[in-house]
Amino acid sequence: MSSLSRDDVAHLAGLARIGLSDAELDRMVGELGVILESVAKVQQAPTDGVAPMSHPMPLTNVTRPDVVRPSLGAEAALSGAPEVDQQRFSVPRILDED
Amino acid sequence: MSTATADAVMDYDEALAKFDPVMGLEVHVELHTATKMFCGCPTEFGAEPNSQVCPVCLGLPGALPVVNEKGVESAIRIGLALNCEIAQWCRFARKNYFYPDMPKNFQTSQYDEPIAYNGHLDVELEDGTVYRVEIERAHMEEDTGKSLHVGGATGRIHGADHSLVDYNRAGIPLIEIVTKPMVGAGERAPEVAKAYVSALRDLLRALDVSDVKMEQGSMRCDANVSLRAKVGDPTSPEQLAVPLGTRTETKNVNSLRSVERAVRYEISRHAAILDDGGSILQETRHWHEDTGITTSGRVKSDAEDYRYFPEPDLVPVAPTRETVEALRGTLPENPASRRKRLQSDWGYSDLEMRDVINAGAVELIEETVAAGASAGAARKWWLGEPSRRANAEGQDIVTYAAELGLTPAHVAELDGLVTSGRLNDSMARQVLDGVLAGEGTPTAVADARGLELVQDDGALEAAVDKVIEANPDIAAKVRDGKVQAAGALIGQVMKEMKGQADAGKARELILTKLT
Amino acid sequence: MPTDLTRATASALADALAAGTVSSVEVTQAHLDRIAAVDGQVHSYLHVDTEGAIGQARAVDERRRAGESLGALAGVPIAVKDVMTTTGLPTTCGSKMLEGWVPPYDATVVTKLREAGLPILGKTNMDEFAMGSSTEHSAYGPSRNPWDLERIPGGSGGGSSSVLASFQAPLATGTDTGGSIRQPAAVTATVGTKPTYGGVSRYGLVALASSLDQAGPCGRTVLDTALLHAVMGGHDPMDSTSIEAPVPPVVEAARNADVKGMRIGVVKELGGEGYQPGVRARFDESVVLLEELGAEVVEVSCPNFDYALAAYYLILPSEASSNLAKFDAMRYGLRVLPDGVDDPSAEQVMAATRDAGFGPEVKRRIILGTYALSSGYYDAYYGSAQKVRALIARDFNNAYEKVDVLVSPTAPTTAFRLGDKLEDPMAMYLNDIATIPANLAGVPGMSIPSGLADEDGLPAGIQILAPATKDERLYSVGAALEAALVDRWGGPILDRAPVLGDTAAVKGA
Repeated sequence: MSSLSRDDVAHLAGLARIGLSDAELDRMVGELGVILESVAKVQQAPTDGVAPMSHPMPLTNVTRPDVVRPSLGAEAALSGAPEVDQQRFSVPRILDED
Repeated sequence: MSTATADAVMDYDEALAKFDPVMGLEVHVELHTATKMFCGCPTEFGAEPNSQVCPVCLGLPGALPVVNEKGVESAIRIGLALNCEIAQWCRFARKNYFYPDMPKNFQTSQYDEPIAYNGHLDVELEDGTVYRVEIERAHMEEDTGKSLHVGGATGRIHGADHSLVDYNRAGIPLIEIVTKPMVGAGERAPEVAKAYVSALRDLLRALDVSDVKMEQGSMRCDANVSLRAKVGDPTSPEQLAVPLGTRTETKNVNSLRSVERAVRYEISRHAAILDDGGSILQETRHWHEDTGITTSGRVKSDAEDYRYFPEPDLVPVAPTRETVEALRGTLPENPASRRKRLQSDWGYSDLEMRDVINAGAVELIEETVAAGASAGAARKWWLGEPSRRANAEGQDIVTYAAELGLTPAHVAELDGLVTSGRLNDSMARQVLDGVLAGEGTPTAVADARGLELVQDDGALEAAVDKVIEANPDIAAKVRDGKVQAAGALIGQVMKEMKGQADAGKARELILTKLT
Repeated sequence: MPTDLTRATASALADALAAGTVSSVEVTQAHLDRIAAVDGQVHSYLHVDTEGAIGQARAVDERRRAGESLGALAGVPIAVKDVMTTTGLPTTCGSKMLEGWVPPYDATVVTKLREAGLPILGKTNMDEFAMGSSTEHSAYGPSRNPWDLERIPGGSGGGSSSVLASFQAPLATGTDTGGSIRQPAAVTATVGTKPTYGGVSRYGLVALASSLDQAGPCGRTVLDTALLHAVMGGHDPMDSTSIEAPVPPVVEAARNADVKGMRIGVVKELGGEGYQPGVRARFDESVVLLEELGAEVVEVSCPNFDYALAAYYLILPSEASSNLAKFDAMRYGLRVLPDGVDDPSAEQVMAATRDAGFGPEVKRRIILGTYALSSGYYDAYYGSAQKVRALIARDFNNAYEKVDVLVSPTAPTTAFRLGDKLEDPMAMYLNDIATIPANLAGVPGMSIPSGLADEDGLPAGIQILAPATKDERLYSVGAALEAALVDRWGGPILDRAPVLGDTAAVKGA
């Protein structure tokens, strides 16, 4: 499988919202290349006709009744917040995306 | 206040002469379950900010979701009511993207395995034509939190310097209902769009799964529109064979009227671009209720890679056929056939029934009749003053009546006061005014205002004699056989009795004395 | 009962507490003293809760005096891996991202510990967000192996393993996504179990890879581990993947310690090339001992295990990339403003924070996972890995038709030197080669000490694997083998570990 270019890694870092420095990017390109080469081995496994397995245990239909449980309370909810204003989480300006 | 300038638009008729519109509607419905989709936090509207959150819906490290049983049942019921197939086995998926109002930075949704798929909803247009809307899927997901944009001049996201986030809405159960491309509607596309959303709203209300209040956001509509060259009749094989054009997605069109307007606007806007040799940019558009236009939002690009994968923290949903059939048994009558049945039960003409439907008073009348009123009286009272006032206030009558405390039981009681002979029509109208003014039940209002037909025949007879004596000319005309002249005498008798007489009895008495 | 309370087993402490010959406050204080004396060298703890632990000990002593009926381990102190949320105690997962974060809720496991009356001594060190096999990826510096302070104590649960091997707690909790309980146990000569997936609640465990993570007990003996397993395990309605069944009879199995008539399979694919000779020698001897104890031993092949490491390093990063997206500087934890940007946007603050707050291994795995899930590559990577996962589960199923349990060396080597593999991620990943298949299939596994390798005198471990929900079999085999080995050694293996505080310990025996 194709290895990753520096641009690919930069794009992925953007998708993952990690602001990598140039030096980190350079280093990551090499390391990911080695790892990818190794994990590409999954493509050699005899997987024809095999259904993918997402969960280790075959459980289904686990639900809870529609009954209210106590919430945390605003004070506890906001206790770890970097910044709070008007009982809300204060966050930097949001880009006009959606 | 939109900053963008309006785009060029083509006259609608001209646009439809050249192009064939295709629509797709995505409707998000907030379920009115007691708790959120994946945790036990309450869903009540209007609570203090961040007071209805827990580790799960706040996305705290370590927290895990558990599916709300009622959410799944509601999804299946909606699917069944939309004539969908119900998945025998399906999973939730994570839709990964970063946004501050989304606590986990992924939305727990369904991707390629929706709980319900391949259905349809038959929609009746104003003239009685039925259009079948094909349903692609209905799937379960969760809502996001709400941001308050601070700073900037407009309170909008653009230009704000920071935002304040409240996660009370994060995790509220949503059902997203997606249509297949709606083709063949031709120039009636905007009307079909509106009728579909309206029919869907009625259906969801009948299912009692959602408040379906578009103005509060418990039902939200995104409208996809594309145009293709017109080559024939909208439903002709050659027209249907033309490939679909590039679509735009107009977000958050949140009233029935706006659905129609937004679709109509996008058709005219696309037509102008295409006619000019341009091409449509695949993008999201924002609808502006005030100006009636859409403006450019986000361009759909390769960067939008949601990296869906099966949600490992939730196990698959595999409703048994017994469960599905049991839920099918709980479905209410289809709103369209129900209306047909009610119209026949009530003996309304088509026109009368349409008035009732347009006024949104079907349920009110049904309850009023159930409370003992005649269908005719129920219609007369609801479509009179209450409907007129609700209209003037720009509210739907159900909400309006609820706010003023006017109930079907009140109307039935009012009707009872008339049929029992205590009130005449004009007195009943006064009583209704009193009820609407919050003065109490119809009986209480009538008592307080001293409204009661005088049952004392002696007093009525005295008044009749007095009026005949005072109007010999008119009395003579009646004696000569001009029975319609009695009306003037009745009017005088009513005046004499200060309105508290039974007009029928007065007439009877006058005619007895003069013929 | 040793005079030094910190050398006693949890089971012995529990008996003494029940008999009233010692109080929980005494036991807890002894461990706090030990921590004060040696943790400067070992660095097992990220946070020690002296007051809280003594307070809980006092409370349990009072309950006992009042005649309340208490759980088997009431009053026995414990160390909790820093991946589990604890109210009132910081939970950092070994990351700068969560430095100082005090969760507003307890993990279900922590609730169970509190209810069972186990005083919590503190939070143990770990590789950042449990990504690693050495604790060198902790943002707060590595823990050290009490057998040789220049060597790794395993990972990600190296804080918990070293805490036990240095007698700073009689019990500890762990989480195991690809071996993070078993491999640290192996390299420190302690015991650790990864229960069946769903056997212990994951609610309140900061997720690494949701479909692989499993919390479990760590102890110095098989019985101690079983006692803790019984406290931690059981159904939790807050975890959808939790098994709705009672905890398997692990304590009973550990006490019976019987392998007579059991069929034991040696996994052909786990133990050949790449396994250190001393590790293999101790493993082979253990297998012979099991035969002597009355078990029937056969070789079993699980051919698809050869693909396990590759599948694991696709599934784990994929799930982790999504699980760790929530660390975005908006609601809790670190917030870093980008350098030289006026009025940064939320997006820029997220990117700057995630760059500053995550260490290199975390970033590597997030980006790898982002790639494996991205459109166009999903089928080739994540999709293929999920199919391999099914093949591995099938291999286990086939094997368990022939045998009751499987065995292998736990890790291919003894503890390596700090820094040896830090620059070579793939070499680090290979440490988990024998432990990963159990996580992929969800089956339970245990590591117990098998002895010391001849070439370096360092501990080696033997891994026991059982079918899903048959966790008790691990304890039957583990306890029987442990008894035979201790008998051969003439005492617990940790008696041979260097004495901490001695300069000799630094060199390694």
